[in-house]
Amino acid sequence: MLRLLSFALFIATWWVASLVIGDAKLPAPPAVLSVLAAEARSGALFVNLGATLARVALAFTLAMALGSAIGYLMGRVSLANRLGDPWLILLLNLPALVVIVLAYIWAGLTEVAAIAAIAINKLPTAVVTLREGARALDPALDEMATAFAIPRGRAFRHVILPQLAPYIAAAARSGLSLVWKIVLVAEYLGRPNGVGFEIGVAFQLFDIPLLLAYSLSFAGVVLVIETLMVQPFETRLTRWRLRAA
Amino acid sequence: MQLEVNITGKSFVSAAGKRHDVLNNITFTLNAGEVGVLFGPSGCGKSTLLRILAGLDSNYQGLVTRSPGMRLGMVFQEPRLLPWRTVEENVRLAAPDVDAGTLSALFELLELSAHSNHFPGELSLGLARRVALARAFAIEPDFLILDEPLTSLDNALAGRLRDQVATLVASRKMMTLLVTHDLDDAVRLGDRLFFLSPRPARILHVETIAAPRATRGEPEIGEIKRQLSQLDLANM
Repeated sequence: MLRLLSFALFIATWWVASLVIGDAKLPAPPAVLSVLAAEARSGALFVNLGATLARVALAFTLAMALGSAIGYLMGRVSLANRLGDPWLILLLNLPALVVIVLAYIWAGLTEVAAIAAIAINKLPTAVVTLREGARALDPALDEMATAFAIPRGRAFRHVILPQLAPYIAAAARSGLSLVWKIVLVAEYLGRPNGVGFEIGVAFQLFDIPLLLAYSLSFAGVVLVIETLMVQPFETRLTRWRLRAA
Repeated sequence: MQLEVNITGKSFVSAAGKRHDVLNNITFTLNAGEVGVLFGPSGCGKSTLLRILAGLDSNYQGLVTRSPGMRLGMVFQEPRLLPWRTVEENVRLAAPDVDAGTLSALFELLELSAHSNHFPGELSLGLARRVALARAFAIEPDFLILDEPLTSLDNALAGRLRDQVATLVASRKMMTLLVTHDLDDAVRLGDRLFFLSPRPARILHVETIAAPRATRGEPEIGEIKRQLSQLDLANM
């Protein structure tokens, strides 16, 4: 209910602002909505959203899997940490634009280059978060697992993984928002479809209703995924905490 | 099954770079069916000794010989349960082969039946200790280590839990090593009492109680305690 109210307030503010600023710079909601409907009817909206989502899904999965593994290793093995740390700092501070441009130069304007560039941008934050998680593992529980001779695989699943879960959730949450931002830049610079490409086209044509239509539908998709997938996942992970007396 | 302990020394280097001797000379043998009690002041190195005996620490001088294939059950000072698994899941994780009958009998004895689906965060310390005990017994151990299982509980609760521990220990022919600094617990539960010195710990005195645990009456227990309290441990 409160969410709806907050959404209504957003629309109202937008409408008032468009009246003040003028239609040329900020079109009113109905104008944007009609463009949105036209794009949806032609199917272009879904093709572009689909392309962007597929890139997000691939890059996100790749970066989370690799980043978690590397982060866990760096948190557990001090040699790995000493070897990896300078690279990590370099990657953390490398601007997204540099990575994307270099990827397109070296690997061509290809899908692989785009997804790799997005994944590389997200990778270091996952590594840093998971490294903290691995460092915070409770040695007392490790000892318990050793004393009871719990096999490694089982111990990882039941003892280690639940301790890492909040860190994985945090990495997923911050990583996803990073990927949402970067995927559009990568598409803008070198892909023939996707929300980022359409926004680039709209920018060149100064077609503001089109630009807003794509921006808003993209924001809508992000909101839906966050509320329907990320938040329930987080709640499930911390279910044992909520019930604590 | 037998445990032969012959530790000649154990030390560690503190963060400040100073060497600390924790254990000095600890030699004893423990046989199946026997309850050894390590009795000594706080901080004398009992827990360090237990960690070595449990195979969690291999950085010491000397030799600890365990019978091959020995199953270890351990009750740590803190319960060390997994907060994200229920009571039953915690026990089953350590003892995947335990059959339902054994488990429910164990829960019955330890008064845990009503709590098997609770998470450890919902339990009192006394209950969490019982879960740790259930976990250690569920694996049907050959060697049982109990690290101060009765501390920080009120007297009535500690007394009841001590009786339950006694029942469980009697139910199986295994080696048991109990750490306590309560003489009453030591005399009631133990067959052989090892009195340890302050750090670095060495064995000051070994007291063997001849009467079987089950037959010890209150007057006998009182008499043993009286004799033991007259030991001049400080000058040994």
